Amino acid sequence: MITAERKPMEDLIKFVSPYRRILLVGCNECVTVCSAGGRKEVALLSSALQMHFMKEGKPFEIKEMTLERQCDPEYVEELVPYIDQVDAVLSMSCGCGVQEIARRFKEKPVLPAVNTKFMGASERQGVWAERCVGCGDCGLARTAGICPIARCSKQLLNGPCGGSTRGKCEVDPDIDCAWQLIWDRLKALGMTDKYEENLPAKDWRPARGAGPRKIVREDLAS
Amino acid sequence: MDNFEPVIVAFCCHYCAYTAADMAGSKRLHYPANVKIIRVPCTGKVSAIHMMEALRKGADGVYVAGCLEGDCHFRSGNTRATKRVAYVKKLLDEIGIGGDRVEMFTMSAGMGEVFARTASDFTEKIRRLGPNPARVAMDNPGCAAG
Repeated sequence: MITAERKPMEDLIKFVSPYRRILLVGCNECVTVCSAGGRKEVALLSSALQMHFMKEGKPFEIKEMTLERQCDPEYVEELVPYIDQVDAVLSMSCGCGVQEIARRFKEKPVLPAVNTKFMGASERQGVWAERCVGCGDCGLARTAGICPIARCSKQLLNGPCGGSTRGKCEVDPDIDCAWQLIWDRLKALGMTDKYEENLPAKDWRPARGAGPRKIVREDLAS
Repeated sequence: MDNFEPVIVAFCCHYCAYTAADMAGSKRLHYPANVKIIRVPCTGKVSAIHMMEALRKGADGVYVAGCLEGDCHFRSGNTRATKRVAYVKKLLDEIGIGGDRVEMFTMSAGMGEVFARTASDFTEKIRRLGPNPARVAMDNPGCAAG
């Protein structure tokens, strides 16, 4: 999933202060799963902002909505009946949702309520870790299903650096050395010969080196 | 301010604090009428939004009262509640309401005295803190609550 974290309240208060009527929009997808911008977080942020402005004695109205997906135009369309009743939109989705709302409602200021972080997986309840950088050329078949691009601090392609100590990364002892994980798993799978294969320098063009990316499926595109 | 009677909302676990309140009653122990009890099946059921909405709708203080550490009927509900209370405290500090207005307490079903003392102490603490600043501004529209 795409992970995100709510911005500090100080920033959000500053964002919405110029406006009186706000549409606070959550998303039912990734940000719900990582507890950053789903229905619950929308209700909590709404409550916090209302309380803050009540304290300040400033008139402030907020309408809450949580869309099925903010990154798809058909769901963003559901905001049409409400958009004229507000001065600005505060979006709790990832950057994709914020931009989709900005594209659809050109006259309306759209503000991000979360910082979009990374593509990750749940390690346990309340903990998410980076697993994929979307490099556009998946090499997991050669690295035992563990990505050195996303999980090695230096994105090394051919084994660990000298900073790998007892399976941990020199950058932070809480980070597992990706190449240690890869080696352990290759051993467990009886595939250590894979480790001998030298991986060539990575072509970063599919990653983003050739500018913003797009997928066009001719069989689906209208 | 002299006549300020705080409104306190207490989320009490059915298996401990709520029964302790009953015990306090059976023992004829006094505790302030300011405390409005909401019985919950486990403090793990109390979300941050319940605490926040209680304050937004006019409470001056909120506390969550659950089982003693290690005694949760559902194993870990009270430890979850403790973490959520800490989260709400931080959020309240960030929005200028003050994290001191929420608290977590633990007790067993037999601790009627502890229930009564906790209710009295927390009510006094909130009395000292004064009215919920959001409520002050709401009651006096046009006048910001500093």
